[in-house]
Amino acid sequence: MGGFKNSKGSALDIINLLLAHYMKRFLGFVKKEFMHIFRDYRTLFILFGIPAAQILIFGYAVSTDIKNAGVAILDLSHDEITLKLTDKIFSSGFFKKTENLLNYNDIDKVFKKGKTKAVIVYEDDFGKKLIREGKASLSIISDGSEPNTATLITNYTTSIVNDFTMELAGPALKNSIRISPEVKMLYNPALKSHFMFVPGVITLILILICALMTSVTITREKEFGTMEVLLVSPLRPIQIILGKVMPYFFLSFINVLLILLLSWLVFGLPVKGSIILLLAECMLYIMMSLTLGILISTISKTMQQAIFISLIGLMLPTILLSGFIFPIENMPKIYDYVSSVMPPRYFIVIIKNIMIKGTGLTYIWKETLILIIMTLVFMGLSVRKFKIRLE
Amino acid sequence: MNEKVIYVKNLVKKFGSFVANDNLSFEVSAGEIFGFLGANGAGKTTAIRILSGLSKPTSGEVNVAGYDAYRQTEQIKKNIGYMCQKFSLYEDLTVRENIILYGGIYGMSKSLIRERLADLLAKLHFQEYENRMISDLPLGLRQKLAFSVAVLHDPKIVFLDEPTGGVDPITRRQFWETIYETASRGITVFVTTHYMDEAEYCDRISIMNEGKIVALDTPEKLKKQYNAASVEEVFIKIARPN
Repeated sequence: MGGFKNSKGSALDIINLLLAHYMKRFLGFVKKEFMHIFRDYRTLFILFGIPAAQILIFGYAVSTDIKNAGVAILDLSHDEITLKLTDKIFSSGFFKKTENLLNYNDIDKVFKKGKTKAVIVYEDDFGKKLIREGKASLSIISDGSEPNTATLITNYTTSIVNDFTMELAGPALKNSIRISPEVKMLYNPALKSHFMFVPGVITLILILICALMTSVTITREKEFGTMEVLLVSPLRPIQIILGKVMPYFFLSFINVLLILLLSWLVFGLPVKGSIILLLAECMLYIMMSLTLGILISTISKTMQQAIFISLIGLMLPTILLSGFIFPIENMPKIYDYVSSVMPPRYFIVIIKNIMIKGTGLTYIWKETLILIIMTLVFMGLSVRKFKIRLE
Repeated sequence: MNEKVIYVKNLVKKFGSFVANDNLSFEVSAGEIFGFLGANGAGKTTAIRILSGLSKPTSGEVNVAGYDAYRQTEQIKKNIGYMCQKFSLYEDLTVRENIILYGGIYGMSKSLIRERLADLLAKLHFQEYENRMISDLPLGLRQKLAFSVAVLHDPKIVFLDEPTGGVDPITRRQFWETIYETASRGITVFVTTHYMDEAEYCDRISIMNEGKIVALDTPEKLKKQYNAASVEEVFIKIARPN
């Protein structure tokens, strides 16, 4: 009995010892990677400065305040109530009247002139209908080529109209009356949220930083000749790769927390869905981006090449094709196909769903699965490439 | 005869139909300084990669430090040191941090690393540089340090792949003194170089041409055999027979 226990204990000891042995080599290597990062101000700046700056720039440039936005009026009714409502809308200070239109044909013309961001249309007999039937409708037609302004104008106008309805309902009529604003966005009907820039920035920043940083840090070792020395050392290739990538995984995760915190504190953007699910999906996306970075490093010989591939190959397509700015629904089919191989496209759906709609995994499992498969494919390809290089 | 630390017999390495190493056979003894010469593209790098466990031979027998190059590459890696032509220390780490890093990678204990670090600093008169970044050191010092780091874990063999590229003659001379000192401790030095005067310092040299070893002996014997005044002349006679 005692002997048995002892032998079992010693076997465990050996395993522990081996683990400690391998871990020590590995951890020393990881520590060195952190030193590289923390000693290079440029790296630190790219890691933390750029995301913060992006959030603030996007946040304030795509400001939630509007002032003196050009609005034209098409008043087909021209009665007391429409005049009052128009007056109320323009006295709010958010809008400036550009033109009074005469018929529907003018709408397109006035948008093309460029100063007008939205047109408010009162239907025929607006006032009469409102008083007789307690119901009237007006349309807010906005210029979707500036999606954020468009959404803001619509939201502001809608709330002014609601205010107006309340005031009107109060003293004058006991019965409930309703003005139903019919919102229509020209050129960009699919736009859903004006918080879209935060998910977009997270998507862009993570893939850029992870892929760029890992590909650069690995090619740097190649360029400086230290990779040869590492490969000849007892460190296994997988340990080298993991050791190089792990610090970036860790720091990118902190980055996500930072961006979320910043967008919450500065812009009051909440996460509607599960925060744990959101963080888990972010980790998956970070991992995908890191394996992409490793893949880039295996095909590029110099740091410049790696930077070039990461920036041109990732940043532009991510901005243009992932649905970050331009909705995929409105793209020609061919771009739809092109964008279907781009990981950001799927992550943007995931993150928007969790953050803005508050949905759970049941709605985004497909996108999640695609990201997992992409990660595995990139990993497989880089391992193969890496092996070929060793041969 | 001394213990053989490298034993190569009929080594062939093919990449597709291209034969990079064509039937190489040689032995290197413990403590020997073995010069591995050849023009660019002669197959030196391929052979070194196989000997250091980075690449597997296509056929033939290869044994390094007592381990088989087909199956025991992990063991081989633990028992060799390596320094390459490109600079191999981390420029943004200090002398001390580089040494601790490499010691750790080779699985040395903390106390052993500390002991070696102190020895090394004393031997190279490096104490004042201990906490300086590598990028602050002159090239000659870096080279010496890189070599010392390559033999930090007391390997049986150290591979030097054109270690003195771009270094002035005085520094090269000093560097070779360090190599001699290392060999006298019983560490085998396997060195490739383009400087033929350096080849004269080796115990034995082999000259490769188009994947084959075409000459292998002590510098003196080779000079006699080819009726040449220097290794350089031998080399030129072999590489360009006309």
